[in-house]
This record gives sequence, C-alpha cells and structure tokens, in this order.
Amino acid sequence: MDGFIHQIVSGIASGGIYASVALALVMIYQATHHVNFAQGEMAMFSTYIALTLIQAGVPYWAAFCITVPVSFVIGALIQRVVMEPLAKAPVLASVGVFIGLLLTFNSVAGWIFTYTLKPFPSPFGEGKPLFGGFVSRHELGSTAVTLVVLLSIWAFFRFTKLGLAMRAAAYNPVSSRLVGVPVNKMLALGWGLAASIGAIAGMMVAPVIFLDPNMMAGVLLYAFAGALLGGITNPLGAVVGGFIVGIIENLGGAYVVGTELKLTTALFIIVVVLTVKPAGLFGKTLVSRV
Amino acid sequence: MLLEVKSLHGAYGESKVLHGLDFVVEEGGVTTLLGANGAGKTTTLRAISGMIRTQGEILFAGRPIQGMATEAIAALGIAHVPDGRGTFMELTVEENLRLGSYTRNDKAGVATDLARMFDLFPRLNERLHQQAGTLSGGEQQMLAIARAMLLRPKLLLLDEPSFGLAPLIVREIFEILGRIVKESGLSILVVEQNASLALAIADRAYLLETGRFVMSGAAEDIRKDETLRRSYLGY
Amino acid sequence: MNLITSRYFPWVFLVAVAVLPLMFASDYKLFQFTMVVVYAIAVLGLNLLTGYNGQVSLGNGAFYAIGAYVTAIMMDKWDIPYWATIPFSAVICAGVGFLIGLPALRLGGMYLALTTFALAVATPQLLKYKLFDDYTGGVQGIVINKPDAPFGLPLNPDQWLYLFALTVGAILFILATNLVRGRIGRAMRAIRDQPLAAEAMGIDIAMFKTRTFALSAMFTGIAGSLGAITIQFVAPDAFGVPLSLTFFVGMVVGGGASIGGAIMGALFIQFIPNIADEISKAAPGAVYGLILIAFMFLLPGGLASLIRILKRKPA
Ligand SMILES: Nc1ncnc2c1ncn2[C@@H]1O[C@H](COP(=O)(O)OP(=O)(O)O)[C@@H](O)[C@H]1O
Ligand SMILES: [Mg+2]
Repeated sequence: MDGFIHQIVSGIASGGIYASVALALVMIYQATHHVNFAQGEMAMFSTYIALTLIQAGVPYWAAFCITVPVSFVIGALIQRVVMEPLAKAPVLASVGVFIGLLLTFNSVAGWIFTYTLKPFPSPFGEGKPLFGGFVSRHELGSTAVTLVVLLSIWAFFRFTKLGLAMRAAAYNPVSSRLVGVPVNKMLALGWGLAASIGAIAGMMVAPVIFLDPNMMAGVLLYAFAGALLGGITNPLGAVVGGFIVGIIENLGGAYVVGTELKLTTALFIIVVVLTVKPAGLFGKTLVSRV
Repeated sequence: MLLEVKSLHGAYGESKVLHGLDFVVEEGGVTTLLGANGAGKTTTLRAISGMIRTQGEILFAGRPIQGMATEAIAALGIAHVPDGRGTFMELTVEENLRLGSYTRNDKAGVATDLARMFDLFPRLNERLHQQAGTLSGGEQQMLAIARAMLLRPKLLLLDEPSFGLAPLIVREIFEILGRIVKESGLSILVVEQNASLALAIADRAYLLETGRFVMSGAAEDIRKDETLRRSYLGY
Repeated sequence: MNLITSRYFPWVFLVAVAVLPLMFASDYKLFQFTMVVVYAIAVLGLNLLTGYNGQVSLGNGAFYAIGAYVTAIMMDKWDIPYWATIPFSAVICAGVGFLIGLPALRLGGMYLALTTFALAVATPQLLKYKLFDDYTGGVQGIVINKPDAPFGLPLNPDQWLYLFALTVGAILFILATNLVRGRIGRAMRAIRDQPLAAEAMGIDIAMFKTRTFALSAMFTGIAGSLGAITIQFVAPDAFGVPLSLTFFVGMVVGGGASIGGAIMGALFIQFIPNIADEISKAAPGAVYGLILIAFMFLLPGGLASLIRILKRKPA
C-alpha cells in the first residue's frame, strides 16, 4: 500500500512535467494546427542554458529567472523567422521544419555540451523525504512550481486582455485581425510562452533524469500522450491528461509492464486514444475545416 | 470624404474579381453596395480591410491605406463585420465584446459604449456568459454589430447583415442600425443582396455586377424609379 | 530509335553506373554502395507513403527494424538462407503495416506524424523486451554471417552482396515505377491532393491509404532485411528515432513523389553524414537539421525538382 501511494505521488510529480509540456504543445496546436516536434529539444536546450549559468556561479533562482525569458525570446524568434513564412504550407513542410529544428537543437547541444549525462541541481535540497517518506523534496518542490506555472498561465489567458487576444488569434485569426489584434505577434508570443513553459519543465525534470541532449525524448512522448488523452483542442484537458499519463506511467511501470516498456506505454495510450476517442477525454469532436 | 476608392482591382491568386471600382463613402450616413451572389461585394469589403492584395487607391480620411495590415486598418477606425459574422464561437459573449474594444485604452469610454450596446441589444446582456457559438443567428449578428461598434469606428463595414435571418429579426436589426447612424454620426458601408432592405436605410447606392459598377446614385432616386429597380434589382 | 534519346536511356545509364563499383571499388566502398541501395529502397518505401500518398510517417524505421530482425532471426535460429528470408520479411512487414495502417488512416496528417514518431521512439524498447530475448538476443542483438557468392561465381562476398542488393533494388524500383505511373499511382496522388474529389470519383480512400501503408512497410522491411545481411548485425539501438528521421531526411532531400529522388536521397544519407562526422560527432545531426529547414524553404521538391527545373528548356 505504501508503495502504491508512493507511485501515485511520483506519478503526480512527473505528470506535472508532462502536463506543462502538453500545455505548451496544445497552445501551439490551437493557434497553428501544428504539433511542435521540437518542443522537447527546445526545453532541453533551455536547461543547458540554465546549467551553464549555474556552473558560471549564478545562483539557482537567478539562473532560473534568466533562462525563462531567454527561452521566450528563442521561441518567439523561431516563430517569426522559421514558422511564419510556412504558415500555409502543407503538413509535410511544417513537419519537415519541426524535425529540422529538433535535429538542429539536439546536435548543437551535443556539440557544445557533449553527449555525456550531467547532473542538474535541484533547488529544493537533497534532504530526507517528507511526509513519512512518501514524497521527496524535489518531487514536492517541482510539483509546486509546476502548479504555480499552470495556474499563472490559466489566469493569464483567463483574465488579461493580452491572454484573451491570444486565445482569439488562435481560434479565429480572421476576425481577430478585424478587431485589431496583431495575429502574427500573438503567435510569436504563444511560441515564446510555450518555450518558457518547456524551459521550466526541463529544469524541473533534469534533476530526476539527468541532463543530456536526448533527455526530453521520453518526456515529449508522454506529453503527446497526455495532450491527446485530455484532448488536443482543450488546454485544461491536456493538463489533466498529462497528470493522468504520469500516474499511469508510474503505476504501469511498477505493477504491469515493468520499466523496460515505459515508452511503449505512451505509444499504447496514443494509439488507443486515437482509435477509440480521437477527440480525447475533454476535447471537442474534431471537424475538419474544409 | 471619409472613404475614397479609385480604380480598385482585386484578385484571389490568379483569378481577378474586381475590375476597377470607383466609389466614395461620405461622412455620416449609409452607403450600400448591391449585387447578386458572386458579384464581388464581399471582396470589395475585404479589399478595404486589407485582407486581399489589391491595386488602385484607397483613401481613408484622406490617408492611403492599401498595403496596410488588416489590424492596423482596424486600429484607424474601420470596423468590419465579415460575411458569416466572424463570431468567436469558442469564447463567451462578454469576451467577444471585450475583443471589440481591443484597440482602445479608454476604459470609461468603453464602459459607456458597452452600456449603450446593451440598451440596443438587451439580449446580449442576458447571454453575457454564454458561449457565443450557442447563440442563434440573429443574436450572433447583433453580437457582431455590437463588437464592431465597440471599436468606436468612424466607418462600419457590414457584409450582408440580413443573410440567413428571419424577416422579423432582419427588420429589428436594420431598425437599430438606423438608430445608431442617427445618434452617432457614424458612416456605414453595407453590402446586401436584399436591395429593398438596404435602399430603405441607405443614402447612396452602387450596383455591382461581376466586379464592375453598372449603376450608382442616390438611394432615394433608385427607390422611386420603378424601371431602374425592375431592370437592375428585380423587384 | 537512337539509344541516347530513348526513354529507356536513363535506366540503361543507371544500370551501367550501378554496376561500375563492382569492378573498381574497394570492399569498403562496395559496402557503402550496398548500403546506398538499401537506403534507396527504404526511402522509396517512405516516398510511396509520404511523397505520393501524403501520409507523413516519421516511424518507418520500425518496419526496417522488423525486416532486419525477421531475416536475422530466421538465419540465426533456423539456418534459413539469407535470400529465402526476404519474402518472409516482405509479407510480415506488409501485414504489420496493414494493421498499423488501419487505425492510422483515420488520423489527419499531423496525428499520423505524431503516432509514427511515437512508434519510432518506442521501437528500440520493444526490441529489447525480455520476453522476446530468446529470439532477439535482447540488447546484444544478433550477429549473422556474410553469404558467399553462389554457383561458383568469381565474386567475393562484398561484390556478391552488392550485386544481390542491386538486383532486389532494381526489381522493387521497376515495380514502384510501374505502380505510380498507373491507375493506382493516380489514385494515390489524388488522395494526397484532392481527398474530397478522390472520394467523389469513387476511390475507396480508407482502403487505398491502408494498402499504401502496407506497401510502404513492405519496401522498407525488405530494405531492413538487406541492411541486416549487409551489416551482418542487428541490435535494438540502431533502430530508434535517428533511423526513421534519416529516411525522412533522405526523402525530403531527394524529393517527395519522385522515384529517382529516392536514389539521390539515399546517396545523401549514406555519404553526407560520413563527411560531416569528421568535423564532430554532432555534425551529421546539425547538417540534417539545417538541410531539412533549408530544403523546406528553398527546394521543397528536393533534388529531383532541381533536376526538373534545370532540364526545363527555356521557352
Ligand atoms: N477566397 C476566394 N478564393 C477564390 N475566389 C473567391 C474567393 N472568395 C470569393 N471568390 C470569388 O470571387 C467572386 C466574388 O465573390 P464575393 O466577393 O464573395 O461575391 P459576393 O460577396 O458579391 O457574393 C466570386 O466569383 C467568387 O467565386
Ligand atoms: Mg458575399
């Protein structure tokens, strides 16, 4: 029973990471109908930026606070320079560019930082596990950070004028322009925001799985699964889906398939969702726009 | 002259749709573009809002606006209710209205205008927190007009506000439009297939056929001239 | 009819060029050219699916892996001759492709890309799974023997393997050429470009997409079999995301919806990484990444379209 509870708690902690990346994916999907295959590698790259700062003597939270806006700028620039010109291109072209970005970030990271696993510090201390050993300090801390991030994003979209304009631009770019919303700027902001969320997820997961250029491949896959499970048209659903996938992954790993098939679990979830309920648990039924 | 359009050409890719239109919208009052389905009415409004590539000259309050981004044109004070009404279906009625005032920073003014819209369209107030996609067609048209009015525009472009609506609701909407014009001094350029409806509120009318004007004049003259109506407008 | 202007000339020329390495290349160069043939088949398989039919797959490496393992296991466990494993590999991969294609055809472009990407990520894990250990050799993989030339032909094993791969490749290329030029090819392209019109024309889109998936898997699986024989070794970590993305890069660089493009793409993915590798271990990935982006902007039709542009006579 204790083991079971521990698995749930760990599942929630990693689920928060998947939920963040899933949210980043859904934000871009809603605005452009593109799935950003490079989201994970961008987060990985941001995490290396943080590590470089920390190793240069910058205190952890200062490095954190520098990495997030830097990632924002990188994300926004990519949208402006690479994605915007291809906005109307066919699926193959956008997939090609995303894969190109994925490969480029991955290898540039390998080039600069090498392919060896690197430990990444946790700001929450090593210390003894809390609450009778159920939850490590890092699990608790990273879950708290994740929740703060998710809540802030929610509040931003829900209550601010800019957030509303970004949602409008994603749903209905034509009408948005007609009321004066600069849609392309909103897309760039969305990319920046997604990159920032990814950066935080990367910094929160790196202490657990160590940092290397391929660190985010698995996380990205779980985030895909979470986004699809919750409904790729529904940000809140994607977040919930991310948490569910985290819990399934941990319980499945502990009791059903073993750790060797964890990634396959994600594939399995993706295939099941897409065949049984393509709209996800909370998404709208997809109607293709003709 | 609020809007002056000179030899406007417009195309979708290779296919040319507008072949040299000249027209004006005067300050205050209603101008209407009439024409059958496919004549190029929607395209003309799109050209003004910078949604398609054009040739020719478009002056808004004396200032050339062609080539400007759509959002920048909106910010100059041209509100556009597109065909199909352009409702933000997934957002609430309130959010749709808030988006209407996106370009403005005068909170007090926005609040006044919003209150006025609720006077004119009380149903919007009742449905404030409902998803806009759940509104009826008529309510969505009211929402679209209110959203456009919240920009506090100098020029309002309306694309077939009567389309797909029951006659009773159409009459209500046009009656309200008439009130808005009278009390605000706003200029409206309204596009209609339903000529009798548009002529009833318009001051000036242009008749479009496959991208060219075949007739124009004071709305009143056209209304009165039965042969003109018979031969061009079919009623 | 003059040979040079004949429409068969490109093919005659190609065969001549293809046989040339047999006479002059070192064993290692021959090995590399054999791999070019292998990759050309795999890229062609992906091209049928993605280039001609518009279904973007980022996971064709999984079919390559299945083909490779079918051959390796049959040779290793049951002493079946290498050539006899290929039909099995083709049938099994076509079957798996068909099964995967069934749910996949319901997915619009991005979803299929995503699902196949997930397949690529999960493939090495599945190959390592301990229940299959007895057959797959787990992480260690399987070592297989290089076949000798048959019938006492005066060829060393590398030369023979090259010739063998070339023959199989030629058959598959001729098959694909005939396929895409005919009614089936027209239907495949119609589904890609005008799905609504294709449906109105009475094309059973679901059936076509699934069968194209199976066909693509078959080609790729045969490439996997030949690749396993050539490299004489299979192991799970060779069949992950990088392999699938390599095929994808080969297809884009060579040119979608082009048979000849598959050969150019194969030459690219065989030789460019070797050159880049001398700069840094990370360089091949960077080259792939930047080239992909550059091609999407400058030459979305790949090298094949460049040749078409150059060939077009000035008006
Ligand atoms: N997005 C488009 N792409 C290509 N052609 C279009 C498009 N929209 C309209 N057209 C064509 O332009 C012409 C004028 O259309 P439109 O301006 O919508 O007419 P109206 O609004 O008067 O009914 C028609 O022939 C129509 O087929
Ligand atoms: Mg119209």
